[in-house]
Amino acid sequence: MFDQLSDRLQGTLSDLRSRGKLSEADVDKAMREIRLALLEADVNFKVTKQFVADVREKAIGAGVLESLDPGQMVVKVVNEQLAELMGGSGRELVFASKAPTVILMAGLQGSGKTTATAKLAKHLIGEGKTAGVAACDTQRPAAVEQLTRLGEQAGATVYSQGTERDPVDIAEWALGQARSDGLDVLIVDTAGRLHIDSELMDQLAEIKRRTKPHDVLLVVDAMTGQDAVNVAEQFAEATEFDGVLMSKLDGDARGGAALSVKAVTGKPILYASTGEKLEQLERFHPDRMAQRILGMGDVLSLIEKAEQDIDASEAEELERKMRQDQFTLEDFLKQLKQVRKMGPLSSVLGMMPGMGKAMKELRNANVDDRELDRLEAMILSMTPEERSNPDIIRGSRRRRIAAGSGTNVQAVKQLTKQFEQMRKMMKMMASGKMPSPESMIRGQLGARRR
Amino acid sequence: MPTTWAELLDIGDREPAAAAASSEGDESKRRRGFFRRLRESIATSREAISAEIGSSLFETLDTESWERLEEALIMADVGARTTADVVGRLEGEVESGKVAGGDAARERLVELLAELAATGNGSIDLRPSPAVVMIVGVNGTGKTTTVGKLAWHLQREAGLNVTLAAADTYRAAAVEQLGAWAERAGCDIIKAETGQDAGAVVFDAISAAEARGSDVVLIDTAGRLHTRNDLMEELAKVNRVIDKRLGRGPSETLIVVDSTTGQNGLRQAKVFSEAVDVTGVALTKLDGTAKGGIALAIAGELGIPVKLIGVGEGIEDLRPFDAEEFSRALVGA
Repeated sequence: MFDQLSDRLQGTLSDLRSRGKLSEADVDKAMREIRLALLEADVNFKVTKQFVADVREKAIGAGVLESLDPGQMVVKVVNEQLAELMGGSGRELVFASKAPTVILMAGLQGSGKTTATAKLAKHLIGEGKTAGVAACDTQRPAAVEQLTRLGEQAGATVYSQGTERDPVDIAEWALGQARSDGLDVLIVDTAGRLHIDSELMDQLAEIKRRTKPHDVLLVVDAMTGQDAVNVAEQFAEATEFDGVLMSKLDGDARGGAALSVKAVTGKPILYASTGEKLEQLERFHPDRMAQRILGMGDVLSLIEKAEQDIDASEAEELERKMRQDQFTLEDFLKQLKQVRKMGPLSSVLGMMPGMGKAMKELRNANVDDRELDRLEAMILSMTPEERSNPDIIRGSRRRRIAAGSGTNVQAVKQLTKQFEQMRKMMKMMASGKMPSPESMIRGQLGARRR
Repeated sequence: MPTTWAELLDIGDREPAAAAASSEGDESKRRRGFFRRLRESIATSREAISAEIGSSLFETLDTESWERLEEALIMADVGARTTADVVGRLEGEVESGKVAGGDAARERLVELLAELAATGNGSIDLRPSPAVVMIVGVNGTGKTTTVGKLAWHLQREAGLNVTLAAADTYRAAAVEQLGAWAERAGCDIIKAETGQDAGAVVFDAISAAEARGSDVVLIDTAGRLHTRNDLMEELAKVNRVIDKRLGRGPSETLIVVDSTTGQNGLRQAKVFSEAVDVTGVALTKLDGTAKGGIALAIAGELGIPVKLIGVGEGIEDLRPFDAEEFSRALVGA
């Protein structure tokens, strides 16, 4: 079910390659795969239909039938078409010439508006602006308390008047306060509402009319299915929102809703929320989202994440050691910790292209984060001497390490053996013979299975 | 498959309390009102899809009608695989002559969908005393709201005394939110401070329930994305705390799934059931235009039955899941 499109297309098309030219029937087969991949990623049915028709036309025009690697060509066309559909023509957040800039947040219940409000405040404060948040969700119990706490954490001024007053009045009052407080930005949090609840949609339109926001953002849950289109259309009608903030992108949903919303309303996706912490809000990258929907990996995000989470000087030091063949288990432990800072193993690996098949093997071999926990525990149970010179780990040391880490002698043996292989591989890399990431992982798995 | 509260709640040999008995009288009246509201609330979801399938679909049984049926089911988030399964079977039966005519095809379709949905044991096991019911799910699906509504119904429909455990110690003000529901439902609540250990709150709640003679401990847990191993592990730990304290795990663990959720819902249900023993689904927000077809995929592929549906923001807007009614609503038959 989570087969990656590129793998699938390779499978569908590569065995046809030997025949020379592809027939139209072959292309149709590829299009079916694309259709299925998009539907499984929750791209709207109608959007998918149109999209596949467009890709088919372009692919034929691009000479896919004659190309040497038709699978790659089709993937390329699909990727470009997706990125084009999702990006472009969008506008940035607009800031008012006369402060405060007002941003109105809207969305369904549970889409993550309150959290997104605080995150956006934090993000803008990080850009050097002063920000306030207005608590206009008087509907959900304790929503005001939630925004108060999160807003304060974000360093924003919180404007709340409890739950008794009308949200429209609260919004208007908050705007007046923000103006006299001289804030740059006011973000208005509203109650979650169903797009078919006309009374509440009218209320939203009224808040918009009275506060004249410069930007209206629709918060859309990345896990939303086919209904995303209905929701977006109705909200567009009531509020003419300007852009979308995708929430919960840190899960493993493919986020086809993003494409659907963009395709149907033409509104760009401006921000993506990628974690539970307040600082986990990013500018949205259409090209990366395209690749995510297709399961093609997200190298840029990985690099960025690595830059964020990995200490550069430490990384350089590790690299030097690797090259000079001085890499010890102590260093390995450090490296392990750095990689793990980036998140669960599966999500990190998922960002690497071409890891589709390797990921499957990993899953089958049950290499998960618990495995890494065990590795860490074993290394931590070693003496400094053992860490720098694993060769001395024999019978009684092995038993002690196994007991100390709650594993067994076999596992300790495996660790030292794997480490030895890793060092060999590093030597190869240092001498310029770089093995591919997949073969590296296969090599590791091979060692594990033996 | 249970379709009423009395059938849904397996309270063992407990005597239904006086409070419940007194409400029996206006049961039918209330149910009428309730169904009318439900019909109104799912009318919208129904409209769209019944326009697709409704009466016109099976007038002629040809390739086009199968394609339209496929489209309608996919648009309802049933998912490509389950859709292909259902449409394939129906098409096969029609072609072999086992099912003849448009009306028969529509009825058979409803039957096939209902069969998929009505998997496993559909009742809610409340026999142990106190029975422990844990509510889990990803962020924003409506766990806290479902807990509040369920508490109210358990007291009202079965006269059970409920203690709430506010174990969402992560989200700001989640405890206050549940507190407001506890007040509305009129039941006890054991609270934790934000950041406190969820297991400790659950432990306290069970002790309090035993001391007060509560029938049910209803646990509201923090929303967590299934991709967060550490948080999934925390859930398993809460289970261990219950097991250690009572010598048995929760009698029910319900995963709350937002009906607007797409294909990721299947993944959610799968990963959560790997961490804890998920016994059922509560499908929320069915009062929107989303059809909640992902519940069919969850039932069909994972064998986890839907037990409850949420149909509005009011405390009474929770009801037993009726597979046939749901399937009919799905295809507007």
